[in-house]
Amino acid sequence: MSANPPRWSSEDFWKKVAIWVTAGSFVILIVLTFDTLSKTSVGGQRVRSYSVINKEIDYRFDDKQNRYAPVIGNDAPLFGKPLSEAEAENLVDLGKKTVQAKNCMNCHTLLGNGAYYAPDLTKAWLDPGWISAASRETLMLAFLKDPERNARTFGSGRVMPNLGLTDEEAKGVVAFLKWMSAIDTNGFPHNFKTLNAQVQP
Amino acid sequence: MIYSVAALPHRIAGAFDALDSPHLNGGQQLAVRYLAVAVVLFLAQVLFGMLSGIQFVAPGFLHGVLDFNVNRMVHINAMVVWLLYGFIGSIYWFLEDESGTEIAGLKWGNVAFYVLTAAVTVVVLVYLLIQTGPGKDASIWFINEGREYIEAPRWADIGIVAVMLVFFYNVAGTFMKGRWSGIAGVLTLDLVALAGLYVAGMFYLTNITADQYWWWWVIHLWVEATWEVLVGCIMAWSLMHLLGARRKIVQTWLYIEVALMFGSGILGLGHHYFWIGTPDYWFSIGGFFSALEPIPLVAMVVHSVYDAGVHNFKSRNHPALAWIIAHTFGNFLGAGVWGFMHTLPQINLYTHGTQWSASHGHLAFFGAYATINIAFFYLAVQKWRGDVWMGGDLPGNGWKWKWALALLNLGVMGMTVALLIAGYEQSFVERAVGGSTWEGYFAAQNQVWFKQAMHWRLLFGLVTTAGVVLLVWDLLTIGKGESRKAPTLTKAA
Repeated sequence: MSANPPRWSSEDFWKKVAIWVTAGSFVILIVLTFDTLSKTSVGGQRVRSYSVINKEIDYRFDDKQNRYAPVIGNDAPLFGKPLSEAEAENLVDLGKKTVQAKNCMNCHTLLGNGAYYAPDLTKAWLDPGWISAASRETLMLAFLKDPERNARTFGSGRVMPNLGLTDEEAKGVVAFLKWMSAIDTNGFPHNFKTLNAQVQP
Repeated sequence: MIYSVAALPHRIAGAFDALDSPHLNGGQQLAVRYLAVAVVLFLAQVLFGMLSGIQFVAPGFLHGVLDFNVNRMVHINAMVVWLLYGFIGSIYWFLEDESGTEIAGLKWGNVAFYVLTAAVTVVVLVYLLIQTGPGKDASIWFINEGREYIEAPRWADIGIVAVMLVFFYNVAGTFMKGRWSGIAGVLTLDLVALAGLYVAGMFYLTNITADQYWWWWVIHLWVEATWEVLVGCIMAWSLMHLLGARRKIVQTWLYIEVALMFGSGILGLGHHYFWIGTPDYWFSIGGFFSALEPIPLVAMVVHSVYDAGVHNFKSRNHPALAWIIAHTFGNFLGAGVWGFMHTLPQINLYTHGTQWSASHGHLAFFGAYATINIAFFYLAVQKWRGDVWMGGDLPGNGWKWKWALALLNLGVMGMTVALLIAGYEQSFVERAVGGSTWEGYFAAQNQVWFKQAMHWRLLFGLVTTAGVVLLVWDLLTIGKGESRKAPTLTKAA
């Protein structure tokens, strides 16, 4: 080994590189975080206001963006009752807390994150498994309150355990799922044919 | 009755006192306690992993008693906690050696250990016995936060932060009292980041997009940035200690790794922001920087193999060196290659939320973190027994450590490949063709290739379990009755 190693191989050089690279990356991350949080606040184009649960929601292929995107339609209040923004927020909040308290994420995925033992819930509100918009709310509530008797196992043998949801909690979960289905997830999941697409080809 | 309850802490502390050894310094006595709990939690991780694996094959198994979500949560939480215990133990182990002085506030470090261990016990008991709660804040505070990987209820989060502050005080205070080094500087700054990031996961948000945004700050910036740098520090010290590698070379490598790791890993965070509602500029940022993430891991392989080669593979502790080599290759393959395979958004659109992630997770956590902790278990047990011989010519030719190494690597690799096949099948059948509807999901789950893969995973899970049991047996017996001393290394500055 030479007595005078080149500067680029010295300990001191790499120490400085390490500090500058780390600090630089972190600063960029902070800037991007501010931008992302402002673009994903509730009520924007990406994450809709909670009162979107008063509307019809669909998920269709968008030619301009070349990917699937949520489509907000006419009035279609959840459980037939239009809610104010504050009421909608309370209901979605109850749903989100229930989803956390019941540990749903360790079987299901939400926005694709979680466990892989049960289906993704990102677009669960729009799933063709609920047959039609008319039957959906009743089927979802019945399933959430007694998943063992209303099991939807598709022949897999995996039955969701009864987690003892109250009526209000079950409604909250449905509201949360409906609200989540309106989030613009950059085209994930791809090729998802909603319950509406099955009726109107 | 009251008397016996009051005497309980004393009794538990007494049981841990049995771990003391006259050959260790104060920090190392504490380290052995951490490492011992780490081994117990490692066994718990494997046990609950097996229960979850069985449920994929036989869904009725323990239904309504210990459902999949409970088993899977305990499986992963036990892993996160045992790895942390291993890291903390390793750092307490070399703190006095690296700083040249006694640990500052060791008494508080000891108290923190008992507080943390008691908290972990209570959290696990609540997970197993109470499991879930009503949709109220109280559930999030006292039962389960319900956010994957960091499910610990909020009270425990606060306790964890308090314990981390004590740990940080021990580390920073000791270096300030003694001498600083390159390893000391990187380690101290890394611990600030590691503890600070945990706070990003400690609040509730209704907006799930913002919720998952911060949640990934904790998860990603821990395992793909600060943890990697932490094991870089542990490896740097271990290579000097094991092989007599020169400090100058080891520290230069450490700085290179920090530059590459943080340079790719911090913005590589973007690969978790493709599909959660965040803007689509994260496609380019996340795709590009996370594609660079394997580079520092290659550097680590070069580093360890180079150092081992320069010293002709002559080491003070053969099992530890073997596990360090397993660590570098496992880290590169599991975290680097397996991560890269599905990190680009074009591919991730179809692989996100499938068994691909489980495949990557198994190999990455084993390769990057379990291995280096196991290496440290061997380093610790050697000194604990009185710095005994752990080179070649062990009784029985060291069959136990060699078989444990082989079974664990074979078992984890087998699970990884089985899960990868399942993930491929899901990407095609569920994602591409089925469009991720529930029907598409179950079509993929019921497909014969998926089902076969789950059987293979279970089989290799059994191989892994056998490896862990053998490893624990070896750790309990290796060096027992050994009269030869470990060779002393001549340190070349």
